[in-house]
This record gives sequence, C-alpha cells and structure tokens, in this order.
Amino acid sequence: MTSEVPAVPEVADLPDVPEVKAPALEMRGITKRYPGVVANDGIDLEIRPGEIHALLGENGAGKTTLMNVLYGLARPDEGQILLDGKEVHLTGPSDAIARGISMVHQHFMLVPVLTVAENIVLGEETMTARIFLDRREAHERIVALGRQFGFEVNPEAKVGSLSVGWQQRVEILKALYRDARILVLDEPTAVLTPQETEEIFAVLRSLAAGGHSIVFISHKLYEVLEIADRITVIRRGKVVGERVPSETNEADLAELMVGREVSLTVDRGTSHPADPALQVAGLTVDDDRGSEAVHGVDLEIRGGEILGIAGVAGNGQDELVEALVGLRRPTGGTVSLDGKDITGQPSRAIYGAGVAYVPADRHRFGLVLPFSIADNLVLTSYYREPYARGILRNDAAIHDTAETRIREFDVRTPTADAKASTLSGGNQQKVVVAREFGRDLRLLVLDQPTRGLDVGSIEFIHKQAIAKRDAGTAILLVSAELDEVLELSDRIAVMYRGRIVAVVDGRTADKNEVGLLMATGGREPAAEAVAAEGGTAL
Amino acid sequence: MRVVGRTWAILALPVISIVLSVIVGSLVIIFSEWLVAGNLEPGLAVKAYGALVNGSVGSFNAIVNTLVATVPLLLGGLSVGLAFKAGLFNIGAQGQFLMGALGAVIVGVQLSEQPGIIAIPLALGAGLLFGAFWGFIPGFLKATRGAHEVVTTIMLNFIAVAFLAYMVSGPLKVPGTPSPITYDVGNAALPIILGRNGHLGIVIAPIMAVLYGFLLFRTTRGFEIRVAGASPDAARYAGMSPRRLIVWTMSVAGMLAGMAGALELLGTTHHMTASYGTTVGFDAIAVALLGRTSPIGIVLSALLFGAMRSGASAMQIQAGVPAELVGVLQATILFFLVASPVIKRVFRLKGAQSGIEETSTFTSTYGGEAKIA
Amino acid sequence: MDQFLYSIPVIGLVFEFFGYLIAVLPLIAPITYQAAVPIAFAALCGVMCERSGVVNIGIEGTMLVAAFVGWTAGIYLVPVLGSTPGPFFGATPALLIALLLALLAAVLVSAVHAWLSISVKADQIISGTIINIAALGITGYLNTLLAKSSPTGAGQFTSWTPPKFLTDLPVVGWLFSTFLAQGPITISLLVVVIAFQIILFRSRWGLRSRAVGEHPRAAETVGIDVIRLRYRNVLAGGVLAGLGGAYLSMELAASFQAGMTAGRGFIGLAAMIVGRWTPLGAFGAALLFASTTGVATSIKIAPPPGQLGDILTSLPPQFFDALPYLITIVILAGVVGRSIPPAADGQPYEREAAT
Repeated sequence: MTSEVPAVPEVADLPDVPEVKAPALEMRGITKRYPGVVANDGIDLEIRPGEIHALLGENGAGKTTLMNVLYGLARPDEGQILLDGKEVHLTGPSDAIARGISMVHQHFMLVPVLTVAENIVLGEETMTARIFLDRREAHERIVALGRQFGFEVNPEAKVGSLSVGWQQRVEILKALYRDARILVLDEPTAVLTPQETEEIFAVLRSLAAGGHSIVFISHKLYEVLEIADRITVIRRGKVVGERVPSETNEADLAELMVGREVSLTVDRGTSHPADPALQVAGLTVDDDRGSEAVHGVDLEIRGGEILGIAGVAGNGQDELVEALVGLRRPTGGTVSLDGKDITGQPSRAIYGAGVAYVPADRHRFGLVLPFSIADNLVLTSYYREPYARGILRNDAAIHDTAETRIREFDVRTPTADAKASTLSGGNQQKVVVAREFGRDLRLLVLDQPTRGLDVGSIEFIHKQAIAKRDAGTAILLVSAELDEVLELSDRIAVMYRGRIVAVVDGRTADKNEVGLLMATGGREPAAEAVAAEGGTAL
Repeated sequence: MRVVGRTWAILALPVISIVLSVIVGSLVIIFSEWLVAGNLEPGLAVKAYGALVNGSVGSFNAIVNTLVATVPLLLGGLSVGLAFKAGLFNIGAQGQFLMGALGAVIVGVQLSEQPGIIAIPLALGAGLLFGAFWGFIPGFLKATRGAHEVVTTIMLNFIAVAFLAYMVSGPLKVPGTPSPITYDVGNAALPIILGRNGHLGIVIAPIMAVLYGFLLFRTTRGFEIRVAGASPDAARYAGMSPRRLIVWTMSVAGMLAGMAGALELLGTTHHMTASYGTTVGFDAIAVALLGRTSPIGIVLSALLFGAMRSGASAMQIQAGVPAELVGVLQATILFFLVASPVIKRVFRLKGAQSGIEETSTFTSTYGGEAKIA
Repeated sequence: MDQFLYSIPVIGLVFEFFGYLIAVLPLIAPITYQAAVPIAFAALCGVMCERSGVVNIGIEGTMLVAAFVGWTAGIYLVPVLGSTPGPFFGATPALLIALLLALLAAVLVSAVHAWLSISVKADQIISGTIINIAALGITGYLNTLLAKSSPTGAGQFTSWTPPKFLTDLPVVGWLFSTFLAQGPITISLLVVVIAFQIILFRSRWGLRSRAVGEHPRAAETVGIDVIRLRYRNVLAGGVLAGLGGAYLSMELAASFQAGMTAGRGFIGLAAMIVGRWTPLGAFGAALLFASTTGVATSIKIAPPPGQLGDILTSLPPQFFDALPYLITIVILAGVVGRSIPPAADGQPYEREAAT
C-alpha cells in the first residue's frame, strides 16, 4: 500500500501535488520486540515533504515505540528506515537530530530552571573563543525563527515560568533550531486548552507550508481529522489502515483504532437524585506554590447523582478534589456532608464520614506497588475493626476481605499475596475501586478513574460507578476525557481557572458547547487565553 | 525444596559478599605486608583470620566479648534499619549514640550512690531520651521544613561531638584531673550477667530486635511506617500523616541508637572522656544493609561485625595485622552488596535479592524541594 | 517599644562584635584562609558532582585517600628522586609526583563512586558511605603498618613570598599576604573557584552539566550522553577533592594521621549547600565556616575589651567547632533563605533506549 507511489524524479515539472512527491521518510517493515510483546510488527510508514501525517492509535498500540525507533532510542529488530530514499541506521537521538529528525515529547523535555535560549541551544551550542557560549548569536537566531513562524519569544525567560502552550512553542523552536525537516510531536495537545491547541495547529500548518514534514501522534480522533493531511492507524503494533481526512469520519477511525464498533455511549439508566449529600460554598484553595487555584467554588451534589467536572487539566480541579477529601486545607469557604461541616478536617475523618476517593494517579497515590494486594485493599481502612485490634493488625481478617473483594471485583491474580506491581493497569485500578467502592458511602470522588485503561476495564469501572450511584451515593467525577464526563454525568460543572463557570445538564449537553466553555470560560476567548500565566511546572 | 530456594535467594548475596570480602581482605593483608616490609608471605592471611576467629569465638571469654561488642551494633542497626523502612536514611546514629551515652553518664554520675534498681533505669532512660531527642531534631526539620535528613544528621553528628567534648571538659569534668574525664557511674553500671564483661545489654538488645520485628509487621504503626517508606504519597492519600510518621520514626530510631550509647557507657566504659566515641554509627549502616533491615538479618550481621570488632585486637597482637582491617572488610562486604546487580550476573543468580533494591529511594528525595504534606 | 529599648544593648554588642572582627581581620585572615582551603575544595567537588546529579558524600573518604597517597608516595619517591627543592614553592620532583599520584588516587576512588552510582545505579548515599568506611579502614590499616618503620615523607610545599610592595600596601596589603603568601595548592584554589564559576555558567560543559543535573532525560533527547557527562564530572570532582586532601598532608603539614580529614569533607558538603551549589557561593561558605576557627583563635589570643570580651571568652571553644554545622542546619531549615539542590540530584539515570 505504501510503496504504490514510486519516486518520481521529475517532481519539479509537476504542479504542487503532495501525492507525487518522493517521501521524505520511509519506514519499511519495522519490527521491534520486547520481552513478551511485539511492540511493532512490520510497520510501514511513509511521510512526504510538507505533509502533516497523523499516527493514530490507542495507548499501548505501539506509536511511541515506533517513534523511538525513528529517533534512534530503540533499534528495530527488523526493517529499514529510509531518509530521502537512502537507508539509514540511526544510532541515537544525536544521530537522528543530525539527519533532521526532531521530536517533541509528550512530557516536555525542557529544563525549567534554564532560560528559553539555554534550553534551545542545549546540545547544539555555538561557541565563541572555543569555551564560551555564543549567547548573542543564539538569541538572534531564536527570535528570528520565532518571527518566521508567527510568535515572539523572550530568549531570556526562565522556561519554568512559561505557560504550557509557550513551553510547547519552545520545544518546537528547539527542533527548528536544529534545522529539523521532520518533526515528530507525541500527543502534543494532551496538556493544552482547546484555544492553545488551535494556536499550535496554526504553527504546525505554517511549518508544513514551509516544507517541514510533521508526524502527529494522537489518540484524539477529532484533532487528527482537523490537522492531518493523511492518517495512519496502528493497533497492537500493526498498521491497520490509512486514511485521508476528507474520506473518513470519527466512527470509522474509532473502529480501526479499537478493532470493533465501539459504542460511544454507555447505558447509564436513569438516576434518582435524593437529598443533597455534598454542599460546597465559597471554597477557596491554594496550590503548592501558595497562589490561589480555586476561587470561591459553590457546588452541590445530591445522593444518587453524578456530577461531572469538565475542564482542561490544571484549572484547579486537583486542588478542589484534594480540598474536598482533606488532603489540602482550604483557605476559605465551607464543605459539608449531609449538612455537617467537614471543612478542613483531616482525610481520615472525612473518609470515616462516608467519603471515598479514587485518586488520579494510582501508581503514586492509590497503591503501594511493592505491597501485596491484600495490604493494598486495606490501605485506607487498616486501622479500623476488623483489620486492626487495638494497635495490632488482624491478618486473618485482612486476608478474608481480600479474597472476597478479589472475587467480587474480578481482579485477575493468582493470589491475594501477589504484589500490586505484578498486576496489569486495569487490574490495579480494580484493586483501588474494590477498596473504595466496597463500603457504604455518601460521597464518592472519582479523579480520572479510567485513565490509561483498556476498554474492558473502563466499561467495568463505569458500570460499578453507575451501580454506586443507583445505591444512593453522590458521585463527583473529574476527568480530562470530556467524553467520559459527558457519558456518565447527570450534571456537568465546567471549571475554568479555578471557577465553576457553568453547570449544564449532562444528558442534553452539547460537546462543542462544553468544549468552548472549557476553553474560554464563556467570556471573550482571545485575550484571556493568550495571556501567559505563571505556567504549569513540567 | 522451595524453602531452600527461597532461603538461598535471601542469603546468596550476603554470603557471597562476605566470602568475596574475605578474599579481598587476604589480598590486602598479603600485598600490604609485601609492599611495606618486603616479604611475601601468603600464610599471613590465614594466620590473621585464624587470630581473628580465635579472638572472637575461640574461648568463653572471647564469645562474651563478642556478644558485648554486638550490643551497640545491633541496636544501631535497628535504628538505621527502622529509618530505612520508613524511607529515611539515618546517618545520625553516631550522634544519637553519643548523646545516649552522654545522657546516661550525666544521670548515672548523679545517681552513682543510689541503689542500682533506681540508678540504672533512670540513667538508661536519660540515654534513651537524649538519643530520641537527637533523632527528633532531623525528623522535625524534615517534616516541617523539608530539610533532608541525610545532611542534617551528618551535621548533628558533629554537633554531638562538640557538645560532648564541651560537657566532659566543662560541667562534667572531674576537677583537678589533667585531661578531661567524668566521674564513674558507680551503682548505675549495668550488672554483669555472663562471664567477666557480659553486661545486661546482651539480653536487652535481642529483646529490642524482637520488638522491632513485632512493631514493623504486627502493628498498624509498623504498617504505616512501611507504607510511608514505600510510597509517601500513598501514605498521605490513605489518611496517614507522613509528617508525624517521620518525626515518630526518627525519634524512635534516635532512641534505639541512644540506647546503644547508654548501654555501652553503663555496661562497658562507665565514664566518659572528651574524645569518647567509636565508629558505631557508620558500622550500624553496614549492619542494617547487610541484614536487609529484617530483624533476624540485623541480629546476624551485628553478630558478624561484633565478632570482627572484638577479634580485631587479637589479630593485631598475634598476627601483626592492624585492627583497621575490619573496616576494610566491612566496606568491601557493603561494596559487593551494593554491586549486587553485577554479582548476580557473574554468579548467575537470578532470583537473589540483596535487600538493597528496596532502599534505593533515599537519594531520590534528595533533589528538588523536599515536599511532605 | 519596650522591647526595642531592651534590645539596644544587644545591638550595641553586635556592632561592637563586627568592629572587633574588622579589627582582627588582617590577623585572622591567613588562618581562616588556610582552614578554608580543604573545605572549599571539598565543596567544589560537591558542586562538580551534584550539578550533574550525583550526590557524593564520599568526599571525606576521597580526601583522606589523597592525603594518604600523597604522603606515602613521598616516602617511596624521595630515595629515588632525592629531595632538592626546585625554584618554586620548595617543590621537589618527589613532591610533585607524589601530588600527581594523590590526585590520581582521588580520581580512582571517585571512579568507584561513579561506577556504583551511575552504572550500577546503587543508592548514592550508600555508595558514598562505603567509600568513607573503606577509606578510613584502608588508610588507617596501611598507616599503622607504615608507622612501624617511622618513615619520613617528601616534605611539604612552602609558601610563596609575594613582592614586598604588594604586602606593604596600606589597607589592602593584608589581602595580598593572605591570598598570595601561600603554598601552590592554596593559591590555585582562588583560580579554580573563579574558573569553575565562569565555565559552569558560561561554557558548553557548564550548560550541559546543569541540564543533566536538572533534567537528564531532556539532555539525552538532544543528544547529550548523560552517563558519560556524569562520569566525567565525578572524576573531575575527584581531582578537586584530591587537591583538598593533598593540601592536608603535603602543604599544611608534612605528615599523615589516621582520619586526618576530621570531617572537612562533610563541612565541604555543608558549604556547598550553604553556597547554593555554585562555586563562588561554596567558596564563600567555606570561608565563613573557616572563619569560626579564626575568630576562636583570635578571641583566645586577643579578646576584645569590655562586656563583649567577657561574653566571647566565656563561650566554650567547642561552640566555635559546632558553629558551621549549626549554620548549615539553620539554612537547611529555611530559616535564612532556602537552598534548593538540582532537581535530579541523587537519582540514577536510566537510559531510555531498551535496544
């Protein structure tokens, strides 16, 4: 399929039609095996000059491995890489860079304490007198490059003080500074607001117009449809299809990506909200650096209702959630549960009052990976009867409960003594869910409950959440996946810069409308979003 | 068979490390003698090790001396091991040991005329308190200010040395003596229960090892300590208070090291000079690491190092090999333990664990601003 | 207001104390500076390692080995090379070669630390601890063996005599005698500090080191070999620690005693922290720490008059010994300005490539 178009020597004679240009980059039959998995299985990929080529696939489909191969970070077991028709063997990032391939990583590869200029020239320094960095030359080039693609940068600014959107521009400048012809962007929009995403898209388009080839890795269908000239879909390490945006749609791409027709909505049944369980009034919370991240939030969740919080990551959701479960002291306002004031109480007291919390990062917070499943299942209740008798542990009770929970929540493990680290991501999250869902609750706080999970686990966890709702629990759902919020929530609160800017009905909400609210807070979009704020740490 | 396999997995690396370090030690003995004195005498190593073994377990008295030498190492090892379990690196066992000894001598001298039943518990208790306080400080500074305990405990070791020197040459000094020295603790001295030197500490220390295991694996507090050590974030999420755990653990660790100092002073030296001190704090790190922070492991490795310490002087006298060889042996044992990934490859040990893998978390909290909430 | 009035005598005493310090400065400056040399070299070694992300608490041991090797090499070299001093610093060929061997030994010790902490990815604090225990053991062991024959070493470097017109200058003359009427290692310190400060912040190597210490992954993605850079820095740090150690047994004195570094490597770490991981800052902190020695000495010889003198002379000498450590704890606790280490300090680097 990829080798249909032979290299045509007399390109110059033809009008500017992308299809007939010789590919800038070709990957042929790339196979990369890791112990136990074939991450890439005979992948063919062809990138033409001046095109934006999307690489679409689920988490774990093999996109990152393929790009590591392209960047010289992993050596393929089989296959060839051709640049301008000539085979190359990439030995490492510096080799890739020298050949004009640059990568913008999902987690920015920027050093926060260094300046923009220092970050950009790093590894590619020009010197004066053989010892010293030529800072003036670097500044001039950086400013000029920025102008060329439509933005003004201050080379002396500390990267740590820039907003995420600007940090991404620095990453792109870094690539351009190295004369990259092929630019690989790994999930570039994951941390951006829709507004910032649009701005980056504009930059990418102008890069492509200037002859750069761009590989755009994503699992977001609508973005891929919007930005790409061509789309290659991979699943389980194999190329499963190639598309042109004009000839496909989200449903088609989703099917290719996931491998079966996915229902984009789950059956959520009807909810029967009862009395208010959680009431939040005028809540203000500071972030780690002591600046206010939540500015006077009012919320009410009734028993048997799911309230979803939609918002781009970093708009105060983390601080809000932590304040609700007692992991962060609010600076003002009140939180009450069933009319009882619980503001500023320690987490243990709040959990004791019938609140459970599934944290966003199960590896860091939700689980102790080197501990057994049994120990993890009592992580938040080890001090209570029957798991503790006085100051002593009751190992028998801990074990019995573990066996029960493992059965109930279908955790796939040989024994309750297995370490949590030996489980798959889905089963790990099931352990967290089993622990937190497995008691009578008034309020359940779900923070990114299905991030990075396989479809089966997502479905399971969604069903459990709905069952909990039907049992009369109030549920607060925070998710970066707008789709998840839309699917599950009875009401959706949109959070923007530490405020709830709108509450809409979950069943009638329009995705675009919510997306716009997330991006703009419902007020004048342009001026707001461009203003670079303190910036989120890497 | 499985049990044998599992035991070997635990023992393989420590045993190999010990054997390799004995070989390295032999080379050091033989070659240094050759370099310095010019005679190449391979038998010297055998002679030296023979004297070392004989001096440590060769007679009833030697065994008692080994047990006595084991006491501070065992308690120090428990101190460092407990901190390890909580993800803390207590390099301050040295200072806590000194403070414990100081506390014991201050009270012991005051009560030297009182009956032992009053004097001993109070002097010992003072030692525990002093040690606990010296552990509390770095714990408190870490919990409230994020000051890394590795650096603060090193600083506190030196402050303890200076403070001790001041006390002995000032308030505690016996008037009229040329070099600073304190009075004897008199009746506060621990009773001898075995042989000539076997003081009460040889019973107390193993009891503490049992309590240590009980605390870690049978109590909820032990669970909290282990969670906080394995994942401070998970501990916080679970509603534990990592700050309080840090302070608690460091205080108890300080108390254990302080107990080592108090028992050593009340049981062995009975008074103090301005330059009072040993390398017990650093030896304790070696004990905790070789013992994989497990109670049994710490007891065994403390016995090993205790035997080496108590046999060292016999080795120096009988074989003419300097007692400092023990330090070399300790360091090489640790070296091979730490280099376990390489050792495993060389000896083709797949499942073997050094126990050190779990401890590779201390320095990871060193960089950046320590954040404990 | 009352409180303010009460505090006036205290403020007066503080001013008086500073006045005293200024008055005795020319007197204590050389003592202070000499005491600062090994601390400063240790601190610079710390900066060199930690800027690239390797914690090194084995500096104490590294210095001890260098001090031992420098002195011992002299014993063996003098019979071969003789002991006629050269034109500069009383340097004999034996002394110079011994110095080189001392530095080489320090580099070898650092190589062990580098290997354990970079390649084996062991805990860096444990690795440093091993080096300290091993250094104390092996140098003590060999020293005891050697002491049997009570040998004589290669002697020591002598001080340079700066031109008289410099040292006789009014007001600033004492500065020249402090910094220049010194042995070669001491004089080199100032050069090393300034050069290190400049290249750390102005050169390619400096930029790369800082990047590797803060975010090694980012450095690797632009083609920097993190492992090699860390090795290089730790080995270079060995040279610095070696200079500090050699100073003790070859310039300050012409002898070796077991454990003669006496915690200077650790004070060096403290100076590095107080100096916020910069060469100049570390040097300043080393001077500050060393000044406690100088001040203690001057109080003993020439105490200030009046109440201040009474207070100062009543302070036990151990108070001044403990002062550097107290200052460090106060600074670490963030009471007076926080000091933040490089973000990746102490974390072993795992290469991304799993080829």
